[in-house]
Formats: sequence, C-alpha cells, structure tokens
Amino acid sequence: MATLEGRAGGKGGGNAEIPFIAPGHTPASVTEAISEVVTQKTPKWWYAGFGVAFLLVNVLLMSITWLLVKGTGVWGNNVPVAWAFPIINFVWWIGIGHAGTLISAILLLLRQDWRTSINRFAEAMTLFAVACAGIYPILHVGRPWLAYWLTPYPNTMGLWPQFRSPLVWDVFAVTTYAIVSALFWYTGLIPDLATLRDRSTNRFAQVVYGFGAMGWRGTAKHWHNYETAYLLLAGLATPLVISVHTVVSFDFSVAQLPGWHATIFPPYFVAGAIFAGFAMVLTLTIPLRSLFNLKDFITDRHLANMAKILLLTGLIVLYGYIMEGFFAWFSGHHDEGFMMWNRITGPYRYQWWALILCNGLIPQLLWLRKVRHTPWMLFLVAMVVNVGMWLERFVIIVTSLTRDFLVSSWGSFSPTIWDWGLFVGTIGLFMALLFLFLRFLPMISIFEMRTMVPEAKLDRSKTAGEPSQGAS
Amino acid sequence: MSLSPLATDSGAPLYGLMAEFESPEGLLLACRKARETGYSELDAYTPYPVEEIIHELGYQRSKLPLLVLLGGLAGGIGAFAFQYWASVIAYPLNIGGRPLNSWQAFIIPTFECTILGAAVVAVFGMFFLNGLPMPHHPVFNVPRFALASRDRYFLVIKIKDELFDRHGTRTFLEGLEASEVSEIEY
Repeated sequence: MATLEGRAGGKGGGNAEIPFIAPGHTPASVTEAISEVVTQKTPKWWYAGFGVAFLLVNVLLMSITWLLVKGTGVWGNNVPVAWAFPIINFVWWIGIGHAGTLISAILLLLRQDWRTSINRFAEAMTLFAVACAGIYPILHVGRPWLAYWLTPYPNTMGLWPQFRSPLVWDVFAVTTYAIVSALFWYTGLIPDLATLRDRSTNRFAQVVYGFGAMGWRGTAKHWHNYETAYLLLAGLATPLVISVHTVVSFDFSVAQLPGWHATIFPPYFVAGAIFAGFAMVLTLTIPLRSLFNLKDFITDRHLANMAKILLLTGLIVLYGYIMEGFFAWFSGHHDEGFMMWNRITGPYRYQWWALILCNGLIPQLLWLRKVRHTPWMLFLVAMVVNVGMWLERFVIIVTSLTRDFLVSSWGSFSPTIWDWGLFVGTIGLFMALLFLFLRFLPMISIFEMRTMVPEAKLDRSKTAGEPSQGAS
Repeated sequence: MSLSPLATDSGAPLYGLMAEFESPEGLLLACRKARETGYSELDAYTPYPVEEIIHELGYQRSKLPLLVLLGGLAGGIGAFAFQYWASVIAYPLNIGGRPLNSWQAFIIPTFECTILGAAVVAVFGMFFLNGLPMPHHPVFNVPRFALASRDRYFLVIKIKDELFDRHGTRTFLEGLEASEVSEIEY
C-alpha cells in the first residue's frame, strides 16, 4: 500500500491514513468484484427499484401525452411567468449533470487518483441528467415536433437561427455537452466492455459486449492512442463543463430583469452546478456502495473528499447569494432593491428562506469531521442540497418574473399537477436509466481500478537496467 | 504439412506465437529481451496501460494530438464562418441596431463547436489509429487470451518477423520465464 499512499499523499489532508482502495486487492480481484455486479443474478431489490422507476416513467409519458393533447396551457406557466417549471427543472437537471465531467476530466487533470472509483458512475449520472434536462426545453417550445427549428439547417423558408440569442447558444452548449459526455463515457467503457466480453459465458452477452468493445485487445498501441485520446478528451471537457452552465446563466443574465441581470451569474451558476452534481453523486453512491458491496473501492475517504468539494462549492454559492444582496443595495437601483426585498418578504419568502437554510446553513455542518465521515449524515446533507438547488432556480425564476419593473404587469405563479407530473416523471426516467446502467454495465471503471492496486506499479528492482527506450 | 514452419500441427496457418506472463515486470523484461535479440514484429497485451511497456515497444508520440488540433480548428473556423454567412449574407436581420457581424455573440457557438470538433476527432481518431472496430483478430483464437482483459500479460511475436522460426522462437519465449507459450492460428 505504500506506493498508493505515496501517490495520493499530501492531497488527502487528515485522511491520508485511510487508503483509496481496501488492502489486499489484485487486478484479478478488482475485475471480479466489479464485474460480479453485472454478471451475478439480478438481485431482488433491483426489481423493486426498477419497478418504482418504471412506474414514474409512465407518469412522465402520461404527462407528456396530456401536454401534447391539450397544449402548454396544462402547465401553470402564464404571462408574466412564461418560464416556470420547464426552465427550473432544465437548469436543475443540467446542474446535476456537471459532476460527472468534473470528476472525470478536471480531477483527472489534477491527478486526483480517488476519482477512479466514482468517475464511471458519475459520468453515467451526467448523461442521464442531461437527457432529463433536454426534455424540458423541447417540450417548452410548445410544439415539440418543430423543436428541430432550433438547429441551423437549410430550409425552404430561408431562415437561420438568431445567433445573438442566448437561447441559441444554449442549444449549442447543451448539445455539445451531451455529445462529448457520451463520447467520453463510451471511450472509458471500451476496455471494460472487452473484459465483460471475455468474462461472459452466454453467447448473447458475448456478442453484445463484444459489439460494444469493437474488438479491443489491449495492445501497447491501443493503450498508447487510448491514453492520449482520454487525456485530450479530459482537457477538452474541462473548459466545456465550465462553459455549459456559464451559457445557461446567460439565459438569465443577458436579460434585463432585476435579479437576473448580474455579472456574478456565470461563476455563481457554475459553482452551483458542481455543488448540485456532487450532492447527487453522494445521494446515489452512499446507498449503492452498500447494496453492491463496493465499500472496498468507494471508501469513506472518497465520501469525505466529495464532502469537502460540496462544502467548498457551497461556500461559493453562499457568496453568490450574499453578492446578490450586496448588488441590490450598492447599485442604489430601485428595482434591484425591491427584487431583494421581495425575495425576503414577498409571496415566495418561504422558498427563499428554505433556500438559504438548505444551501447556505445546513451544508456548514460539513465543517465537522464527524459529519464528513458518517455516511448517513452526509446522505442527509446531500439530500438537503438537492432540494436547495431546486429552490434556488425556483426563486431566481419565479420571484423575478412575477414582480418586474411595471406593477401593472405583475402576476403570480403556482404549478399544476401536470408540472409536478412531468418533474416526478423525469426523476423516474433518471432512476430507470441508472438502474439499467447498474445492471448491464460496470459502475466502476475496472481497468482504471487495476492501475490502482499495488501490483500494477512496476517494481523497478525487478526490471533493473536501462530501458532500451524503444525506437531511439 | 505437419512439418511446415508456418502452420500449426493441425495445418491451420500460423499468425504467431503468444507467451503469457504473470506480471507486468515479466512482460517488460520479455519485450526488452525480444527487441535486443532483434525481433521487431512484436505486440504486447496488458489489462491496463503500462507506460514502460508502451515505451519499450517504441511508441513515442501518437499522431492523435495533431488530428485533434485539426478537428478543433475545423469546428471553430467552420462554426464562425457559418454564423457570419447566415447572419450577414444569407439572412441579415437588424436587431436593435447591432452590427450584422456581431462577432462577440458568435464566439459562444464557435467555442462549443471547437470543442465538439476536437472531441469527436479525439474519439474517432483513436478508433482509426487503433484499427477499431475489428470484430475478429487471430489472438482471440487462443482461449487463454481471455485473461488479457483480466490480470495476465501477453507477448506476441508475429510470423512476419524476419527472425521468426516456429521452434526457435518458441524456445526463445520459453526461456523468458513465460508461464505458457501458445501458437496463434489464423
């Protein structure tokens, strides 16, 4: 274990004594423990979990069907609140989708070895969250069958998209993010699909996994190009992940509404996205590592590290809230000042105070080592943050839209059952996709975990002598 | 037929010889020995990337970064040029008196398409350089090769190597402390 701790040394702070992988593992045992999850008989709880998720997917389908039959009037959206649940939920899901790429790309570039046990899972979560997010703007356009008008394509009307609009930027940012995340995830899966192909005993599984692995053999040349590609993808995904929520924040900050038109929005949204994403990763990994017996790989130290990122990004988000108040006061602008006062004391004050409690105060518990190292406490804090981040988007969108500059155009918003149906339905879709992923694909990157065991570190004493340095 | 130096005893044509090792150190030393002996048509198979073995076999720089750069440039220049064409030439639209070529606004799709172009090339370029997809390959004919994606390390010397000799090469590989040497049928 010495080598492992040496590699990770100095980064774990006070936790350095707990290793990132339980002692005694070899490449073979890692392979078995992780692929076991896929090759074993389906556990009973899986059927229960997938059943619930499937039920909720039907709620989603019903909500969409009713929407298509009746039109967007079934929602609570109405002028002045034309953006309500669809945008709240879109931003919420896309924010959750930020942790995956952050873990796989940014933590890879920062050489944080502990990301290895959670990156595959977090990337899958990202993809599914982005899929859920994508549903909303498409439905929100009102005639979803014409949503392809958002993309630039040659058409008989001779029209082109308005490239000065943040909504068009959003189409580019989110589509790119979805495609790049899917490519990144699939690239990471290829060597593991080869492992599953080689381990499967049934012909059907061999063919399906073999198809996915595309004939991966793991030659030195394969690995050479593969590692280069993976590193390049990480380097490309890093600015991308920062750009996506920045562009989402432009949807608001480019508008002139009080509470939206603020320069703090891009960094504050990006931090909020990472905050939300890590909260969701914690919410999911804490129960799953117990259910699948993967505590050897997703250790308490992983959870504690994620808790620290949660605390840090939570503080940035809290800073954002404080700055919103400061801008409102310091600008001396009447409508900005009213916006803030309206949030604190207006008709949506309960949501605002709950938001401050969920995102500002409760995450401060993470300063306590005890909370970071007790999974159930961490789970509760993460759950609170999930709710808090939803409330944040609710407050930003609804308070600003209901009471803008002109008192005569004020209004109010309350969601209908179809708003809730669609929201609960996307949670169901997210869960259903996750359950399928857990059942059929390795939830931890097997080949990367192999590199984490001590055996994988070449013993210099056994390979003594100058390497002949290949082609030179 | 059975005496052919280029076919297995059953008469199937030969692809090469495969030696199995239990540790990455064993494979690394074997690669080094084989290169020193003069073999050049080698392939090393590992269940995870081993930097030293990749270098030992002479893979120094991948062509991929150059391709990715070109992909990114194509994506970025393409996106900007397209937005310029759409907004200035094909469908000029006066929005609040802003210039038709609002290049600042075009930067965002340009940036996204740069990343998209580069990332797509990174993945598909990797497939291309690695010759994937390739559903079948002679090495899969060796049953023990299934362990290459688990915890075993393999060295293959191909028949096209000038020094290849069905018996001589086998003796050479066995001398490298390989736990098993098998013939690969085409």
